[in-house]
Amino acid sequence: MARFLLVMLAFTLSACSANWGWYVVNPQTKAGWTNLSFLLSGLKYTVLLSLTAILISIVVGLLVALPGLSSNRAMRTASRIYVELVRAVPILVLILWVYYGLPQLTGLTISVFWAGVIALALSDSAFEAEIFRAGIQSIAKGQYEAAYSVSLNYTDTMRYVILPQAIRRILPALGNQLVYMLKMSSLVSVIGMQELTRKANELVVTEYRPLEIYTVLVLEYLVLILIVSAGVRWLERRMQTDERA
Amino acid sequence: MPPDAPDAIIRFDSVSKYFGEFQVLKSIDFKAASGERIVVCGPSGSGKSTLIRCINGLESYQSGVITVDGVQIGQSVAALRKVRDQVGMVFQQFNLFPHLTVLENLMLGPTRARRLDPAQARAIAMKYLERVRIPEQAGKYPRQLSGGQQQRVAIARSLCMEPRIMLFDEPTSALDPEMINEVLDVMVELAGTGMTMIVVTHEMGFARKVADRMVFMDHGEIVETAPPEEFFTAPKSARCKDFLQKILNH
Ligand SMILES: Nc1ncnc2c1ncn2[C@@H]1O[C@H](COP(=O)(O)OP(=O)(O)O)[C@@H](O)[C@H]1O
Ligand SMILES: [Mg+2]
Repeated sequence: MARFLLVMLAFTLSACSANWGWYVVNPQTKAGWTNLSFLLSGLKYTVLLSLTAILISIVVGLLVALPGLSSNRAMRTASRIYVELVRAVPILVLILWVYYGLPQLTGLTISVFWAGVIALALSDSAFEAEIFRAGIQSIAKGQYEAAYSVSLNYTDTMRYVILPQAIRRILPALGNQLVYMLKMSSLVSVIGMQELTRKANELVVTEYRPLEIYTVLVLEYLVLILIVSAGVRWLERRMQTDERA
Repeated sequence: MPPDAPDAIIRFDSVSKYFGEFQVLKSIDFKAASGERIVVCGPSGSGKSTLIRCINGLESYQSGVITVDGVQIGQSVAALRKVRDQVGMVFQQFNLFPHLTVLENLMLGPTRARRLDPAQARAIAMKYLERVRIPEQAGKYPRQLSGGQQQRVAIARSLCMEPRIMLFDEPTSALDPEMINEVLDVMVELAGTGMTMIVVTHEMGFARKVADRMVFMDHGEIVETAPPEEFFTAPKSARCKDFLQKILNH
């Protein structure tokens, strides 16, 4: 699949090759190699940023989802309000607000990396909460009843009986969120995070070859996300085997 | 047992329960002595499940008092825990934990609720798996077992808590006919150990063999209660006669 896409892309590009200047990222020349490694050096931050953000957003999402399933009306409302509010703010706006606004509010300076992590995690947590809520609600009532009948308390019931089953069911959705997060991390370039997109922007300013450089950027995201998708599918298969006959 | 016997392990005093406007249990008075084996029957929707689910607090109730082993249910979470430590429950749909092996299903309660160490919990689990005659299935997942085997695992899972009372809610209703007996045999054997048992079932052969007392429910009331021989040969109420006729002649 990946190879097919690349071949198609190369074919399309070479077909209208009049204005191409691939020398700018040609690994066989010294300058091209320097440019290429400059572009690739953003990868580490894109990955680190996305993974940190998704881990935090999963934890926050779960903490928001659980009161949303409570029989207590006030807890449900609080959870609902959080989800609705956070979901309403565009990610880019949240990034700007956290980086430029939050330090004024709290008096603490915040690094570009952590501003990006907080904004992405916050924004994603509302979606994670909805995913967890649906996953937990899909577990039959009898599972709680059986757990309570062997005298498990609420925490143990969630931890050992409900969540392990819910997480298996929502794994594809969590995988989607990770892919989404990798893509949205490109927005953190606006506050100067040295991730993939920022590197490409900087190189375009000095080399004046937007077409080639942004094409490399597209390919970088494409390969990254194909790898992540394959990883998630592998994990899904692994987690399902033990339940199968 | 006589209404004011001192050693009632389960006691319902004028218990009423509503689902919204609908009254499911109508001022129920009911007692079970320690070691007593009671079979509850009655038409579908009469409140049998609700009645036994109240005993381990899976359902709340709105008025009256339920006491189990001296602990009043509905007072506090701690009281409920204490009751659930003493009361096992077997469901119509088994409700095994599908993501855990048979052994893990059995060990969860002992390790997390009884706080036994894994070696002890494993020993207890194997003991009860042998009691229900499927020790060789310990490493399998529930869906790899037949319905009858799953229900026996569910019985063993409850027994691992070493409860004083076992509740059964139509334990054989979801089983293929050829598997009913393997489950009933295990229950008959359990009845011989002095366990207090409340069994909702329409298996009248089992009832005749095992029950100390029959309870007939209809429309949220206990209409009739009698020892089996009397219950089956000389039911008093018209509703009970009618019901027995239907299920004995199907
Ligand atoms: N969660 C519920 N909400 C509303 N009504 C219920 C609920 N559970 C049971 N009922 C109703 O209560 C009545 C008694 O149910 P149940 O105790 O399950 O009867 P049985 O076990 O004798 O068939 C039925 O009419 C049923 O529809
Ligand atoms: Mg029922």
